Amino acid sequence: MKQLLQQLINGLSLGSIYALIALGYTMVYGIINLINFAHGEIYMVGAYVGFALTTFFDLGFFPSLIASMLVCSLLGMLIEKIAYKPIRNSTRIAALITAISVSLFLQYTMVYFVKPDTRTFPEVLTNKKLSFFNGSILLDVKNIYIVLITVILMVALQYIVHKTKIGKAMRAVSIDKEAAQLMGINADQVISFTFAIGSALAGAAGVLVGVYYNTINPLMGVAPGLKAFVAAVLGGIGIIPGAVFGGFFLGMTETMVSAYGGSIFKDAVAFGILILVLLIKPNGLLGKATREKV
Amino acid sequence: MKRNLLVILSLVLTLSLLVGCASNTTSGNKNDPDTVRVGLNYELSGPVATYGQSLTAGIELAIEEINKDGGILGKQVEIIKVDNKSEDSETANVSTRLATRDNVVALLGPATSGNTKAATPAAMQNKIPLISASATADDITVDSNGNVREYIFKTCFSDSFQGVMMAGFAFEDLGLKKAAILSDTTSDYAKGLSKSFQKTYEELGGTILAEEAYQAKDTDFKAVLTNLKGLNPDVLFVPGYYEEVGLIVRQARELGLNVPILGADGYESPKLTEIAGKDVLNDVYYSSHYSPMDDSEEVVSFKENFKAKYNDEADAFNALGYDMAYFFKDALERAGEVDTEKLKDALASTKDFSGVTGTFSIDENHNPVKSVTIIEMKEGVPTFLKKLDPK
Amino acid sequence: MKRFNRKNIIAIVGLIIFYFLINFLINMGIIDSYLQLNIVIIGINIILAVSLNLVTGFTGQFSLGHAAFMSIGAYTSAILTAKLGQPFILSIMLSGIAAALAGIFIGVPTLRLKGDYLAIATLGFGEIIRILALNIDYIGGAIGFNDIPQYTNWTWIFIFTVTTVMLIHNFNKSYHGRACAAIREDEIAAEAMGVNTTYYKVLAFAMGAFFAGIAGALYANYFYFIKPDSFGFMKSIDILVIVVFGGMGSIAGSILGAIVLSIISSFLQNIPELRMVIYSLILFGIMVYRPTGLIGNQRLRTHKKKKEAKLNVGVESKESI
Repeated sequence: MKQLLQQLINGLSLGSIYALIALGYTMVYGIINLINFAHGEIYMVGAYVGFALTTFFDLGFFPSLIASMLVCSLLGMLIEKIAYKPIRNSTRIAALITAISVSLFLQYTMVYFVKPDTRTFPEVLTNKKLSFFNGSILLDVKNIYIVLITVILMVALQYIVHKTKIGKAMRAVSIDKEAAQLMGINADQVISFTFAIGSALAGAAGVLVGVYYNTINPLMGVAPGLKAFVAAVLGGIGIIPGAVFGGFFLGMTETMVSAYGGSIFKDAVAFGILILVLLIKPNGLLGKATREKV
Repeated sequence: MKRNLLVILSLVLTLSLLVGCASNTTSGNKNDPDTVRVGLNYELSGPVATYGQSLTAGIELAIEEINKDGGILGKQVEIIKVDNKSEDSETANVSTRLATRDNVVALLGPATSGNTKAATPAAMQNKIPLISASATADDITVDSNGNVREYIFKTCFSDSFQGVMMAGFAFEDLGLKKAAILSDTTSDYAKGLSKSFQKTYEELGGTILAEEAYQAKDTDFKAVLTNLKGLNPDVLFVPGYYEEVGLIVRQARELGLNVPILGADGYESPKLTEIAGKDVLNDVYYSSHYSPMDDSEEVVSFKENFKAKYNDEADAFNALGYDMAYFFKDALERAGEVDTEKLKDALASTKDFSGVTGTFSIDENHNPVKSVTIIEMKEGVPTFLKKLDPK
Repeated sequence: MKRFNRKNIIAIVGLIIFYFLINFLINMGIIDSYLQLNIVIIGINIILAVSLNLVTGFTGQFSLGHAAFMSIGAYTSAILTAKLGQPFILSIMLSGIAAALAGIFIGVPTLRLKGDYLAIATLGFGEIIRILALNIDYIGGAIGFNDIPQYTNWTWIFIFTVTTVMLIHNFNKSYHGRACAAIREDEIAAEAMGVNTTYYKVLAFAMGAFFAGIAGALYANYFYFIKPDSFGFMKSIDILVIVVFGGMGSIAGSILGAIVLSIISSFLQNIPELRMVIYSLILFGIMVYRPTGLIGNQRLRTHKKKKEAKLNVGVESKESI
């Protein structure tokens, strides 16, 4: 029982990271129907920015977090302007391959400049642990930080999307871009803004991961990027609560599978569940069934 | 329409053929008498790039020193470095190219066992010696029928050797009878080691409680560690590389899993302490070639030269690469001339070569006969525990 | 008979001459082992690209797991030739069949999925195969499968590449091919016109997988050694890049794309550190400046314009109601 509780805590932290990254994927997909493969790399850049700020400039945790989010949102907007805008009217596959090329470019440029070695974060958050039940369940204070910050960011996002004017514009563009433009909305600006927010969230996830797990390397975005994408699809791509749900669901599942002896297959199980969900509910667990009109 | 396509197609094909043939003849098919050409075939990109680059750094430092000292047999050494991207077909491709077009006298690398196996056919078919400083699989040098692969040599331990040593150490020296294994399923190194550990440990009478898995580049091991904790093992065998092991040790200690943790030469790096943190690196033992605490003149000057060139602390991979280059030099000098056959024979008959990773001879299976050093981590500092000689 | 008209005879004679020419050059040693290796790689890539083109370019099924079929073919052939000592031709055929069965296995459940969802499902499938292969000790797992007998040579590559291209080309020109094209253009309309979309979608997957399996067998029996990571997501992407680069739906494009990309890759070998950076830039350039690929597909382009025209008409007619 105690082990189960410990595993639940493990799953929760893992899930928060996936959820944060998944949010970025889902927002971008919702607005321009593009799977932004480079998203995992933005997360990686966020981690490196956080590393640089805490190691070379001795900034504390929160300032680095905010700074990293800012840098990533700028990076996201830059990528959108340079790489994704020109191919907005291309076929899906061309867009996909463009995204992959951006992803590879970021990965390998990073490798070229900082070398493929792992770097470690300095100790910026207290290393306190709370122990329950005589040490058989350990809760790291960092876990609490991660979940708390994730929840705060998500609430902030919900607020922006549902209660502000720009949020309304985002929703409008994702429903029907042309109609929104006809109503006077500057779609380009809205799209840039969406990228900015999604990338900021990924950057935050990167810093959190760097602080929590202590290590970063240029290829760290590949696996979480893919998994977060799976999470977004699981919950229903384009749906914000879906990404959050998908992220936690995936984190929990992965942990539970490992917990019950299937650690070898944990990734295969994640994909297996994805395929199952897609078969039963093709639009994701929280997705709405859309009827295709001829 | 179809005819135009056929015409274009045949033009392209002929063109590429001509380009291919042309580069064949212009790329200096003759032996340049003034240099010794050696090919470096390493993973410079992809998931194991860290190790590929570490090995190359060590080799390049050595070659620089060798060239400053007058080269080998009076000739300067020229390095031709290629990236095999950690893909089989690419590895075969660049190895063949090094062997046929670039006229190298020896092939150094790749880093991993898998890629070395992919590079082997090119070496064997073109009769060029291939030396690996880090491919530990047993069938690198010996094929499935027990025959030695004539042109392939290793300067590092074989999996079966390290795994056997660590199993013996765990069971006999530390007296621990119940082990759990946490292994990287994506790594051939880890897999080979864990198989040989398991076999020996059980033969000695120990019990393997469970084997859990992780993947390279994973950062979260809490789930499997919690699982293993629940099984109450006496010792944990984690035959991985320092990148993940550092995190594993840290997270294990955070979860209260305080049993001894054992591993092999993949731990050997200053980064292990950096990643795990000094206070948790206790009761961690691993087998190694190279002890950074070794204060012999060779090791000290290697460390200094390395730091001077790269501004970084040297780790085992750097040291292995460095030694391999000197090993190659020693053999070529004994061969007397820049000839692949003579080099092969000289490599096979190496006796008591002394390098920073120890003194060794090459046995009849083209493997090194080397003592292994068991290092114990105390408060994050690697300390020499004992030396085990090969039986 | 239509088959033996002048064009076909010229093509056949041309191919035979080409075969003997290369054979001669190899025997003379002018084509050394390095060039030979690259020819083998190009041949395998052509088979892979053309087979993926059938699934993605002709039938419009977005598949990101093609390397998994290659993997199944490679391992099947490895087991049959290395462990069971079977003759090569038998093992190639069985590899193709094994991969085709996998193709059916993935084609059937994913019938309802479209576009990006199908892409993700196929990607997931590819990853599952890779992870399974990593954990099956019989085939070596992460250690890989070593000492596979080298049977593949120019003759085998030539025969299978030409056969694959011919078969798929003929398939596309036939009634079945037109059915697949109809599914690509507008699945609902095709269904309404009586095309059995289920049958054809599964058939496309199975056929694509079959040829990918053959390519896998040729690969395994040339390179001596295979490991599960050789057939991962990046390999699927590499094949997709060849298809898009050459032009979706164009067989000649896939052939051309395979050759050109192999040449580019060889040149990039000279700059190991910046190789992937430059590769990604080239990819990006192609996608932005010529997304329809080298040969492109005239039909697809005009269709897109027609669809946009249709939308405008639709809006107007709504207003009139």
